[in-house]
Amino acid sequence: MRTIRYIIQKEFLQVFRDKAMLPIIFLVPIVQLIILVNAATFEMKHIRMSVVDLDLSATSRGLIRKFEGSPFYQIKQFSFSYQEAMNQMQQGKVDLILNIPAGFEKNLMKENHARAQFVINAINGASAGLINAYSTIILLDYNRQTALANFNNSAPSSLRNIHTEYSYWYNPELNYKTYMVPGILVLLVTIIGLLLSGMNIVREKEIGTIEQINVTPIVKIQFITGKLAPFWIISLFELAFGLTIGKLLFNIPIEGNLWLIFLSAAVYLFVILAFGLLISTISHTQQQSMLISFFFMVVFILMSGLFTSIESMPQWAQTLDKLNPLMYFIKIMRMVLLKGSTFADISRHFWALVIYAFFIVNLAIWRYRKVA
Amino acid sequence: MAVSSENIIIVKDLVKKFGSFVANDHLTFEVRKGEIFGFLGANGAGKTTAIKILCGLWYPTSGELNVAGYNIYTQREKVKQNIGYMSQKFSLYDDLTVFENIRFYGGIYGLRKKEISERSKSLMERLDLSAARDKLIRDIPLGWKQKLAFSVAMLHNPKIVFLDEPTGGVDPITRRQFWNLIYEAAHGGTTVFVTTHYMDESEYCDRVSIMVDGRIAALDTPEKLKFQFNASTMDDVFIQLARGK
Repeated sequence: MRTIRYIIQKEFLQVFRDKAMLPIIFLVPIVQLIILVNAATFEMKHIRMSVVDLDLSATSRGLIRKFEGSPFYQIKQFSFSYQEAMNQMQQGKVDLILNIPAGFEKNLMKENHARAQFVINAINGASAGLINAYSTIILLDYNRQTALANFNNSAPSSLRNIHTEYSYWYNPELNYKTYMVPGILVLLVTIIGLLLSGMNIVREKEIGTIEQINVTPIVKIQFITGKLAPFWIISLFELAFGLTIGKLLFNIPIEGNLWLIFLSAAVYLFVILAFGLLISTISHTQQQSMLISFFFMVVFILMSGLFTSIESMPQWAQTLDKLNPLMYFIKIMRMVLLKGSTFADISRHFWALVIYAFFIVNLAIWRYRKVA
Repeated sequence: MAVSSENIIIVKDLVKKFGSFVANDHLTFEVRKGEIFGFLGANGAGKTTAIKILCGLWYPTSGELNVAGYNIYTQREKVKQNIGYMSQKFSLYDDLTVFENIRFYGGIYGLRKKEISERSKSLMERLDLSAARDKLIRDIPLGWKQKLAFSVAMLHNPKIVFLDEPTGGVDPITRRQFWNLIYEAAHGGTTVFVTTHYMDESEYCDRVSIMVDGRIAALDTPEKLKFQFNASTMDDVFIQLARGK
């Protein structure tokens, strides 16, 4: 036990003697939260559109006005040539073309139906889907409006309408930031924890001090524990700091029990830090360790459910994702913070992390070699 | 210096291969308790390989090894409790102070807090480092660092101390001072196993072995070796052996 204390003491001294460390610990979370939370949004604001109106009728103008009136659309160009609008899209200047052919109004009046066209830039499939959904709603709304106006009093009963009422649970104002902050916090402690631990043992290999340690009778489990503990404390502190910033800056809801958050974080960090130390024992140089850490981090983050929905991933990917520690912890964070979930609700994810931690800590201890 | 007839290191047919390259080719030798044993050889002769195997840092390919009374295969941690090691590569933490380094190494050898503060105090006094107690290692001269590294290796009073080229790159005066430390340790009853390629230093040893291409080419006291090779200095002995390969 005493041995472990000396290692912890030494690691703390080294971490805080490094002039770059304090800014990393305090500044990075603030910057990350501010930038990522505001930037990483699924909401489509400022859909840039180009309008090709060949009809120039009251009806077509009415439709265009509907789009102009929406806060989500910005009409960048009016044109009489579809080709011209298409050029704009090719150059990436517009996301959506509304194409209204000549005879739009006439067809609508005479034959009760008319065609207009949306052309959507679908390089980003998700946002294309959103543009389509938004635009269709506007179009349907306008459709209803004109229909009502035309039929006027003649046959109002023939217009049947199912009206849907929405009720948004857990995030009633659909505040995107509320949803993002818990996930970004996970990202934060993961990056800090994985990099710190990943660089650690390999650094001692590079400067040669690891030999001096390996020649002592130190027990492997003491060594790994002594290495893990300081980063565990720093990362937990980092999470507390991040939560405070999130509360102050974005006023995120904290519905559940904070202790539950920290209990889960404590287990989760064992996974991440032991994973870092494992990488560190395998690597020969710090660059190598960085590359390996980076590789896993990108895969873990992209599959974590932070930016995309896990449920919409193919089945094999969802199965593979069971190995992704971030996925569990992001779920726990969102459930506890936003929904106020209790231990019973998150227990499946929690125990998965416990098993994961047990496995990976042992792997790191096993892989650390005192003799080459 | 009381050199006993008891052997504290016994090596029999030690072989270490890296692929097809044989770094240690059937080494057989004994080191007596309390002696200063010089392990000489050109760069790449296999000195560091042998020392790392004796310290339990590398696995030997084959051979029987007994260090400080323990078998290196089955009682590795016991061996480690009883030896000190100063590597060729610098082994102190650059970003810690003199005292912090001593405290850390004392701590992982399992010394108590009181022992650490006592020993570090007497150590720094002996090395004239008391004024530098709170200086970072990166800010003190190389000669000091090496003396400190040696003392740190001796902190837990080991039976044997292994020194791998301890005086590389320091000036003659500091080297002299360093050898005084080695004598002191030997007087205190510690067996010293030291590698070097400075032949003048080999004169300070009780016995020396000279390695050429992974084999031990000669092993005896410096006087006898000079007599045997009809040479006036160890330098001559070494050159004759290295040429004759």
